[in-house]
Amino acid sequence: MPLLEIAKLTHRFAGLCAVSDFNFAVEPHELVGIIGPNGAGKTTVFNLITGVYRASEGSIKLDGRELVGLTPHSITVLGIARTFQNIRLFKELSVLDNVRIAHYGQIAYTPAEALLHIGRFRNEEKRITTLALDLLAIFKLDDVANEKAKNLPYGLQRRLEIARALATKPKLLLLDEPAAGMNPNEIIQLMEFIRWIRKTFSVTIILIEHQMRLVMGICERLVVLDFGATIAQGLPSEIQTDPQVLEAYLGMEVAQ
Amino acid sequence: MSSVKATFPILLKHWHRLIGYKFFWPVFILAGLALCMAVDTFDFVDLYLQLILIYVGINIILTVSLNLINGYMGEFSVGHAGFMAVGAYIASLLTVHAFPPGAQNFLFPLAILAGGMGAALVGLLVAIPSFKTRGDYLAIVTLAFCMIVKSVLENIDAVGGPRGLLGMEKLTTLPWVFFWTALSVWVIRNLVYSNFGRGVLSIREDEIASDLMSVNTRQVKIIAFVVSSFFAGIAGGLFAHTLQFINPRMFDILKSTDILIMVYLGGIASISGSIIGAVIYTILLEILRPLGIWRMVLMPLMLVLLMIYRPRGIMGMREAHLFTPLRDLVTEKLWRQKKKEAPDASA
Repeated sequence: MPLLEIAKLTHRFAGLCAVSDFNFAVEPHELVGIIGPNGAGKTTVFNLITGVYRASEGSIKLDGRELVGLTPHSITVLGIARTFQNIRLFKELSVLDNVRIAHYGQIAYTPAEALLHIGRFRNEEKRITTLALDLLAIFKLDDVANEKAKNLPYGLQRRLEIARALATKPKLLLLDEPAAGMNPNEIIQLMEFIRWIRKTFSVTIILIEHQMRLVMGICERLVVLDFGATIAQGLPSEIQTDPQVLEAYLGMEVAQ
Repeated sequence: MSSVKATFPILLKHWHRLIGYKFFWPVFILAGLALCMAVDTFDFVDLYLQLILIYVGINIILTVSLNLINGYMGEFSVGHAGFMAVGAYIASLLTVHAFPPGAQNFLFPLAILAGGMGAALVGLLVAIPSFKTRGDYLAIVTLAFCMIVKSVLENIDAVGGPRGLLGMEKLTTLPWVFFWTALSVWVIRNLVYSNFGRGVLSIREDEIASDLMSVNTRQVKIIAFVVSSFFAGIAGGLFAHTLQFINPRMFDILKSTDILIMVYLGGIASISGSIIGAVIYTILLEILRPLGIWRMVLMPLMLVLLMIYRPRGIMGMREAHLFTPLRDLVTEKLWRQKKKEAPDASA
């Protein structure tokens, strides 16, 4: 059974069709890429999956469970986490708190216990802090645990964002342009890093990317979007020679 | 294992300070309470000074609770005086009309509590528009709320209408003010250093990201508004039983502005800042009283200068160590220690 199953997904912004009739399925432990020119509707697909937008039509199922209509935080609790195209950390908070917040869906104490610091509060806080520090250690961020997130260099901020997403214990990780602003050397490291994440945390990954080097290097399967329509799906090698894809990326004449 | 090894020397090195942190608050609160009771019983402190101390306490409660919304959650509520009014009226109605005259002293905490609960219930109603609106728009919603409370109270004859309500005994005493102030500071600190409090902070930083990191933003907003308005109601009840007279005009936008000034003077997102802000503002207003009308020129002028030189207030976004729970402090110390050791390790 596929982990994520999207059928006939359509989304309109006041008449503009951002995504139309999007059909897509991801098997567990796959690493799939969504590519396409600017404005093709890639990020919109992520926003629909995570519940930021409510789909106009169609269905999104995680493990057979319908996600359309659920709030973003309940979708996250069900097992989908994401990063953002332009980093969206909690800038004024410490690195540790950034990760601890992501455990919100897992805490077992009630607001009353938190207000009075009684009952399960102490043990739960200890558990969350330990989990968060362990995760930071895995990502080699433990040295900066008490630093404000905004003070980290760009590369570390990207890494922290992925660590924060993984703290929600996702089955499915959505990476929105993880290579944005990286040089070719860093992209090679990032490829290793993404493979390593998939293995270590045994998550399924969907990524949106512009960097062909990265996409062709690690994705097992690709979906190409253009103006909200799916123009091709298949192996990276197939996509590279697909005339429709070349047309969308490079223009009509080159394709001919 | 390594963390255990690292913790031990730190605990050894700082044991006296850690014990200081652990016992400071219980000792401070018990001593403070005892002192307040002594003052209340033996009256060896000037009554005027006692009154100022009572106002300081009430203002601390108001400032700390408003800081939860305006500082920690990053919203801009101007309706705090409205919650205060609800608490003041409920508590006063209970002591004036419902409680038997003989048992006033015993039932007073119940009246205050009821005032807080009533305000919390109204806070729940105000939390609902905050789901959809933010920033300036939520400020307008809270402003409207403040005006609604005022005009509703002005039009109910049973509570005295615009003439106000009187007949309360002077039940607010220094020990009670101390107790409620300590309680509000403690509870709000507890909230801030829990995952719900981190949720409140994350809403300020980035609401959408926070929702996507599994934070139930609606739940968090409800908690923040209910707790904040609860303590505003408590402060209202204490205020009414200090002044022994209330009318709707006392709780208009100007009262909210006073509280806002104390929040931004002390510094946003800081409990110690709120306490400092409330103390300085209340005492300064009293000290400058001989200046008469010039007081209202000097105070805003000082505020303008503060905003120029310290735009985040005295303690903006920082916290005195005494207000950080021990556990967080040890985590922070561990990290600092590690950072200090790091250069040696590389050498």
